[in-house]
Formats: sequence, C-alpha cells, structure tokens
Amino acid sequence: MKIIVVGNGMVGYKFCEKLIAKKLPNAEITVFGEEQYPAYDRVHLSDFFAGKKPEDLSLAPASWYADNGIDLHLGDPVQYIRPAIKLLQTHKGHIRNYDILVLATGSSAFVPRIEGIEKQGVFLYRTIEDLHLIAAYAKKARKGVVIGGGLLGLEAAKALLDLGIQDSHVIEYADRLMPRQLDESGAEILTNTLTSLGLSIHTGKNTARICGKESITGLEFTDGTSLETDLLVVSAGIRPRGELAVEAGLETGMNGGIVVNNFLQTSDPSIYAIGECALYNEMIYGLIAPGYEMAEVAVQEICRLSANSTQRTREFTGYDMSTKLKLVGTDVASFGEPFANGPEVRNIILKDSAKGIYKRLNVTADGKYLLGGILVGDAKQYNLLLQTCKNRILLPQHPEDLILPVREGKKEEGTGITALPDEALICSCEGVTKGAICQAVSDQGCETVDEIKKCTKAGTGCSGCLPMVKDLMVHTLKQQGKYVRNVLCEHFNYSRQELFDLIKLHELKTYNEVLDQLGKGDGCEVCKPAVSSLLASLWNEMVLTKGNDTSQDSNDRFLANIQRGGTYSVVPRIPGGEITPEKLIVIGQVAQQYGLYTKITGGQRIDLFGAHVSDLPAIWSALIAAGFESGHAYGKALRTVKSCVGSTWCRFGLQDSVSFAIEVEERYRGLRAPHKIKSAVSGCIRECAEAQSKDFGIIATEQGWNLYVCGNGGSKPQHALLLATDLDSATCIRYIDRFLMFYIKTADPLTRTATWLNKMEGGINYLRNVVVNDSLGMGAQWEAEMQALVNAYQCEWKVAIETPEIRKRFNHFVNAPGEKDPTVQFDSLREQKKAANW
Amino acid sequence: MTTEKAILTQDKTWFAACRVEDVVENGGVCIKYGDEQIALFYFTRRNEWYATQNECPHKKQMALSRGMIGTKGEEPKVACPFHKKTFSLRTGECLTGDSCSIKTYPVKVEDGLVYIKVDIH
Ligand code: SRM
Ligand SMILES: Cc1cc2nc3c(=O)[nH]c(=O)nc-3n(C[C@H](O)[C@H](O)[C@H](O)COP(=O)(O)OP(=O)(O)OC[C@H]3O[C@@H](n4cnc5c(N)ncnc54)[C@H](O)[C@@H]3O)c2cc1C
Ligand code: SF4
Ligand code: FES
Repeated sequence: MKIIVVGNGMVGYKFCEKLIAKKLPNAEITVFGEEQYPAYDRVHLSDFFAGKKPEDLSLAPASWYADNGIDLHLGDPVQYIRPAIKLLQTHKGHIRNYDILVLATGSSAFVPRIEGIEKQGVFLYRTIEDLHLIAAYAKKARKGVVIGGGLLGLEAAKALLDLGIQDSHVIEYADRLMPRQLDESGAEILTNTLTSLGLSIHTGKNTARICGKESITGLEFTDGTSLETDLLVVSAGIRPRGELAVEAGLETGMNGGIVVNNFLQTSDPSIYAIGECALYNEMIYGLIAPGYEMAEVAVQEICRLSANSTQRTREFTGYDMSTKLKLVGTDVASFGEPFANGPEVRNIILKDSAKGIYKRLNVTADGKYLLGGILVGDAKQYNLLLQTCKNRILLPQHPEDLILPVREGKKEEGTGITALPDEALICSCEGVTKGAICQAVSDQGCETVDEIKKCTKAGTGCSGCLPMVKDLMVHTLKQQGKYVRNVLCEHFNYSRQELFDLIKLHELKTYNEVLDQLGKGDGCEVCKPAVSSLLASLWNEMVLTKGNDTSQDSNDRFLANIQRGGTYSVVPRIPGGEITPEKLIVIGQVAQQYGLYTKITGGQRIDLFGAHVSDLPAIWSALIAAGFESGHAYGKALRTVKSCVGSTWCRFGLQDSVSFAIEVEERYRGLRAPHKIKSAVSGCIRECAEAQSKDFGIIATEQGWNLYVCGNGGSKPQHALLLATDLDSATCIRYIDRFLMFYIKTADPLTRTATWLNKMEGGINYLRNVVVNDSLGMGAQWEAEMQALVNAYQCEWKVAIETPEIRKRFNHFVNAPGEKDPTVQFDSLREQKKAANW
Repeated sequence: MTTEKAILTQDKTWFAACRVEDVVENGGVCIKYGDEQIALFYFTRRNEWYATQNECPHKKQMALSRGMIGTKGEEPKVACPFHKKTFSLRTGECLTGDSCSIKTYPVKVEDGLVYIKVDIH
C-alpha cells in the first residue's frame, strides 16, 4: 500500500510516528515537505530567539525517517493532485501514484489586505525561515509593531522584546487582547501586566495603510492616528492551506479548510486531511493536541483498511480548545466555556489588579459542575480545573475556594487527582489517560516518571502534565502499598527526619553506633555523610574525632575541597567580607610560600587553590596564627554572610549592614545542616548584597530589618520570600535561630532551603506561622538548642593542627609521610597556576 | 603445577606496606610502592583488608584511598570522592554501570604488619 503524506509539519510527523508503530506489513511511506527542515516543534518556535538552533527544535532527525523506511523529500512541495487517477506531481518534478493520500499541509499566517503590506520590513511569524528573516532585519530596528493581539501576536511581541527592540507595540482590531480566550476583565489585567513589561498595547485599532517607500516607516489607522515603526510582524490569524484540495476539486470551506468527516476522510475517500488544514464541523483546530488526535484516528482508519476490517475503533468527534500558555512570562489559560453567562450560570470572579491576577469560574447555577473559566496571572490550578470541567466532577461545597488564594493555616482545597475518572485525559498532547498512567505503574512496574514517559509517552509533548503524572504515580504506588518510603539508603529504613529524632533520643555520638542501633549492613557513601551531618547538627562535636572521620564526605574528612588533580582549596572565613590590610598580606604570603592560586570568590572571600594534602596543616597553622578560622567551604554548613557597606559609608545606608553581617556569620559559623546555607545583609532596598538570593537574607529598613528566607542561586534560582518585617536585631536573630533549627530537623539530605520550602505544605504562610507565631510551640526549645550549638563552636582546623592523631592523617602516602603525590601537575596561566586538564 | 604457573607466582612478592595502626578504621590510606600507588583499606566493621590501585579510571585521579567505603548488598565497595563512581573492593569491577574496572591486590596481616602482594618491579 502506497501512502503519501503531504506536509512535514508537527501533525504530519506525528502521523508517521504513529503509523510506523503499527508496523503495517506492506506500507510504503513517502513524505513531501515544503520547508527545508525536517518537522520541528512549532509550538516552541520562539525558543529560537532564546538561542535554540533548528536542530534543537527538530522532532526527529532526517536519519529517523531513513531508519524507518520513510522516503522523505524536503524542500519539494506538492504542486497538484489528480484524485481520479490517484496521482500527484511535486515542484521538483516527481510524479507519484498513491493508494492513500494524507494532506497535512497546516496553515499559513493570514495576511490582511492592507495597502503597503508588500514593503520591506513586514514579516510573518510561522516558520523558522520567518524567524531568520526577522532576526536579520531586527538588527537595524529600534521600533517594532505586531498586528494582532491574539495568542500568536503576543508571542511575536515577546520575540521582538527578546531581540532587543525595546519600543515594541501590539495593535489589536478588537476592543481587547486575546478576544477568543479572554473576557474584558481578564484582558484588562493581561494588558496591565504586559504594559508594565514594556509593551505598548493599542486596542480597537484598524490599520489603514503601511507607510514608507521601499521599507516600512510607519502605520496609519482608520481613526486618523499613526505610529512610526521600523519593523512589522503580521499575526492576524491563520488560513488553512487548502489550495491543493481546492484545485483538485475536493470539498473545502470558505477559508480553504479541507472538509473532513469523523474519520478524517475528505470528499474523496482515498484522501485524508489532518491537522490545521482540516475543517471538521466547520471548525479549524489551531492547536497541537487536536492535531495529534486527528493523526491517531487517521492511522487507525488506515490500519483498518489495510486489514480489510469493518470494525472502526476510534472517531474524531471534535476537541476541547482549552489552552494554557505562558505569554511574556505571564500565565494565561482559558478552558471549557470561558464566557458562559446568564441565568443558568453562576460566575465566580476574583480580580486583583495589584498582583495582576484574574480568575473566573463559570459554574452551573446549582453550584455542582464547572462549565469553564479563565485564568490570568496565575494558572497553577489549570490542570485540575480542566479535568474537573471535562469529566463533570462534582464540585466541593464552596467552589470559590478553588481559586481563592490559600489562607493561612488552611490546606489547599480541591477535588484532587484521586477524584478523576480513569478516562480523564492527563496528557493531551499524546492523548494519555489517567487509567493508562496508573496501569503503567501497577501492571508494567514503572516506578519513576522517566519510566512512565518511556512506557506511555505521557509528558513527552509540552510536558505541562508532568506534575500530575508524578502525583498519579505516587498515588498508585501508595495504593499498592508499594510506596517507597523516603528512606536514606539500603542501610537505614528511616527518613532523615526520623533518624534525627532517633539519634537524639538514643544519644548516639558516632556513625558506628548509629549503624549498629538503627541500621543494618556496613554503610555506604550515601548514609555515611548524611548521618555524619546529623551528628554534627545535633552535638556540634569536632567532625574528625571518635572515628567519625571516615564517615565524612572526602571534603569534610580533609577539611578542604578536593579539586582537579587531587589538590585541595583553602578558604579562610572572612566574616561579612570585611578584612584588614594585615590579614590580606598574610593571605598573600601564605599563597606565595605554598605556591597557591588565589581568587576572590563569589561569596566575598578569598580562595587559595592547589594545596597538596600534606601542606594543609602548615598552611592552616600560618593562617590561624594570623587570626583566621576555617571558612567551612567544604562542609554542608554555613558558608558566607555577604554584606554591603551600609550606613558606615554609603549615602543610602539605613543600618550598619556590615556589623550585622559579621554578627550573624559569627553566630552560625560551623553550623552543619542538610545542605550548605548562605546569607547576606543589605543596608537598604537597593540590595547590593543580594540578600534575596540567599537561604536567609536581611535587608535594612528605617525601623530595623526585613527578613527573607529560602532563596537560592544555583541552577534553579529562586527569590527569597519575605518572612517578617521591621525587626530589631535580637528578634531577627531569634527568628533565624528558629528557622534554621526547623530546617535542620526536617529537611531531606542535600536539600537547600528553597527546595525544602517548595515541598512544604502551606508554603511560606505555614513557615511564617511556625517561626513567627510559634504555632508548634517549639520556639523556645529551638532557640535554646541553637544557643547550645553556638556555645559548642570551635574552629575545626585549630583542633586538627593541635591534635597529633588528626594532623598525621594529612599525608598523601602513609608509608612516606610528607612526600607529595608525584602525579599532580599544574599548568601556568596569567602569572599563576592552574590544574592540568584531565 | 606447570612450570609456567610456578614462574608467575615467583614474579610476585609480599611487600610490607605499613603497620596496622597506620591505617584509618573503616577507610583507606595510600601506599607508595616504587612508582605504584596502592589504596589500602581496613574495613574494620567486617574485619577485612583490601587493596586496589589508587587511580580512579574515570578521570585518572589518584584518589580512591580517600574515598568512602561501604557495601552494596554484601559486596564491599569504595566510592571515588570525585564523581562517586563505585568499585567492588573484591573484584575491582565498577558497580555504577561503567565498563572500567580497577586492579586489586591480595592483603595479609602478620605481627601487626600489613603486607600487600605486588608484582616484582
Ligand atoms: C569558589 C566559588 C566560585 C568562585 O570562584 O567564586 C565556588 C566554588 C564551588 N562551588 Fe559554588 N562557589 C562559589 C560561590 C557560589 C555561589 C554564589 C554565592 O554564594 O553568593 C553560588 C550560588 C548561590 C547559592 O548557593 O544559592 C554557588 C552555587 C553552587 C552550587 C549550587 C547550589 C544549589 O543550591 O543549586 C554548588 C553545588 C552544590 O553545592 O551541590 C556549588 C559547588 C561548588 C564547589 C564546592 C564544587 C566542588 O565540589 O568542587 C566549588 C568548590 C570550590 C573550592 O574548591 O573551594 N556551588 N556557588 C565560590 C565560593 C564562595 C565562597 O566564598 O564560599
Ligand atoms: C509561534 C507559534 C506558537 C504556537 N503555540 C502553540 C501552543 O502553545 N499550543 C498549541 O497547541 N499550538 C500552538 N501553535 C500551533 C501549532 O504549531 C499548530 O497547531 C501545529 O503546528 C499544526 O501542525 P500541522 O502539521 O497541521 O501544520 P504545520 O506545522 O504548519 O505543518 C504543515 C507543513 O506542511 C507544509 N506544506 C504546506 N503545503 C505543502 C505542500 N503543498 N507540499 C508540501 N508541504 C506543504 C508546510 O510548509 C508545513 O511545513 C503555535 C503556532 C505558532 C506558529
Ligand atoms: S560554577 Fe561550577 S565550575 Fe564554577 S566553581 Fe561553581 S561548581 Fe565549580
Ligand atoms: S575521577 Fe573518580 S569518579 Fe570521576
């Protein structure tokens, strides 16, 4: 059976993928595509401006087609079809016969007839080619305009901002943005948000003329106003590409959409049409999920024909057009019947113009069922609301709780995934139901999200459903009693929090005691450092005593970070980043004497790299003699408390941020925790110390200090959240004591405060209740425990150099003490040294 | 015993590496034998001794003696401090899915001295 696919876009590709999976015995598949690139992810087209290359967007490389026996022709559009003799001809002159023809020609951007539209500097926004052209032209453009304030237009406007065109405008003919998805209030909130991001929005404008000689210089509107611009992107809607079908005499709609039935057959039963070119029930489906569903139905139909069966299994019966998008960083979602109104409908509306949030739910008058809704600014609830709507799930008694912000002490309301029926579509891109996901877990033994992805393809499209997939997996595992408890490793059947309590209860002091009493087997590289960290957090004894040295991570064991080549780095504590000239000189001298590379770190202190293990005690003796202490750069412990210069010198400074940073750093130095902890103190809201990116950050106010918690830099940066305002120094310290003890006691191993908070039910409000309002009644105890740890502090490098048994461990060869590892090699760079490449 | 095998064993010798108390409990130290670096481990909990090459085959770092030891099931193992690849202390096989493996040496303890069986250089 000869199957020819016209169009290698997203849906055309999906059709091939699904057809290959069926392994039809004698199918010969040929694909003709007009574009130069094999099918790519048009939905993420704009990522091109964020640095993605065409290959990165590609759905499968050209070799995939060859490997699967598909004859792929790119850059060769089909010119005409002759249905009567089942034949087609392409631009490059190929003439082919087919048994089945599949039209997946998609759509093109609709170009309104405006005078001057042919001028240079006017672009469309649909293909990689379009984006190449825009990017090239944008280099000399200062002003940019997009015609069309719908989904694609706003995405194009974002692209202009990304290209550095700061003066960018959006022109919309209707009286509001996204008229298909949003009501007036929703559009108003979105407009405000976009305006604050630097886009100028003009609604109710009809473009009369495009001005300029050869290149565009501006626009004139029918109301007599005008706007200058160097560049124009037209995004005024889409037109299905039905030109082949029209020419071939197939039935088409007014706009060129190719009319199809429930099995995606056109008026010629051997010709199918799928994706954005297909007109089903007078409707074009301009989204990817319905396109993929069409591909699935067409594939099943073709399989049925090839098997000569009369039994039809799947029909296309229309598709939900609900969408959730991120537009210029703002969530916008619309689902079900977004505009439902009238006596039969109860509208529940929440609008917060300050926060840029608008939520509308349309509920049946009896309050039982959700008909649809709109979310702007915060669409976290989208997935659940959509499922509740589609599956007609009975609403909770107060449906308004579904969109109200979570109030303090109250758990998030919701119908929950457990209430969903098995048919509920979880991954709409790949059409995977709740039932299929649960089955993958229960019958096929998938126990990780990755396994589920492989097994069901759920989450491999836009990946928006992954959180639900994970929840379903955990839920199913739990139901089977198979829920893997959050245990440390094969040697301990407890979570970190449980172990913390048990070690304290039994007053255990060494790793071996803990393993003997609470664990089994002989330990490993996972539980050893985790238990060592617990022991340190509980008792704050010197980490290298009592045989605990070999249960420390290698960095803790040698009180330094191992680096390329096997040498170590040395980081003395420089509290608040303040250092005297005398101490600076000592650092320089030590570095010279031991041949160390020096660098100012991102944490406002100095790192000395390239120390041989046997030199470490001598280096530290010299530093300690000059008044330095360990900086714990190697430990899961307090790192730095950065400061800005504050009121001592800065003309804006409100408080003495340096003194406070030093006080805070000296209080918590050496404190061991589930992960490293960082802090900073800024003297005013200009925030030169970057306190809002720290595990706890402090910013001066007129009255005192604002305390922020759970910020993070690293690979997934997250801003800290405000915990309490206008605190005096003593209260600020008390809150930090409580915050840190709560974290140390309850976080999983290697979990930074930001991740810890993200997993905490009730989030920052709950945390604030615990720390500020002392809702657990633990405040006084935690403060006392913290004080005990503070009192027990000693510089562990000082102990190490003064204790002979510990000091002698700092040798490379046990049978040749003092001799250095001869394999260590350095290269030189800018008058210093660096580790040789590995 | 064939002559061939007899010659082979004669190429090996027991080298007195260090005293028992020089080795950290439940951990490793590095032994210098000519140009060779050997990681020697005293798995005190199991009262077992192991020796392997000190170089981690992953990035050729002289580091295994500074790694943490432990078990996977019953198998004793060491984890490289650089990227936590783990190797069986018994067979030298990589337990974290890589094909690289490490050399192991027989160890014995007599009169408070630790001996490692090495190739005669
Ligand atoms: C030296 C320094 C880079 C520099 O040249 O400036 C550095 C160097 C290292 N960082 Fe860092 N980080 C340094 C500042 C930072 C900062 C900036 C800051 O602290 O203001 C960050 C982002 C802020 C944050 O942590 O939230 C940072 C985020 C990380 C992370 C990611 C943590 C995360 O939560 O995602 C790691 C990996 C980890 O800890 O697991 C890391 C790990 C490392 C390690 C320990 C990697 C390693 O195991 O070898 C590097 C050790 C260097 C050494 O041998 O001393 N480093 N690192 C900085 C030392 C600051 C200091 O004085 O202590
Ligand atoms: C910027 C942008 C953002 C989008 N964002 C989203 C989103 O967030 N969510 C969502 O669901 N959808 C989104 N869409 C829509 C989505 O991309 C389309 O629904 C989807 O690409 C349609 O797939 P298709 O295969 O039907 O058409 P296309 O992907 O357009 O593919 C059709 C292909 O056929 C080729 N062709 C046409 N005529 C011929 C011929 N005669 N011979 C050979 N080849 C021919 C075309 O050149 C094209 O390559 C977005 C679209 C754009 C442009
Ligand atoms: S960013 Fe990466 S490479 Fe740079 S210091 Fe931090 S851990 Fe090392
Ligand atoms: S060097 Fe040992 S694991 Fe990478």
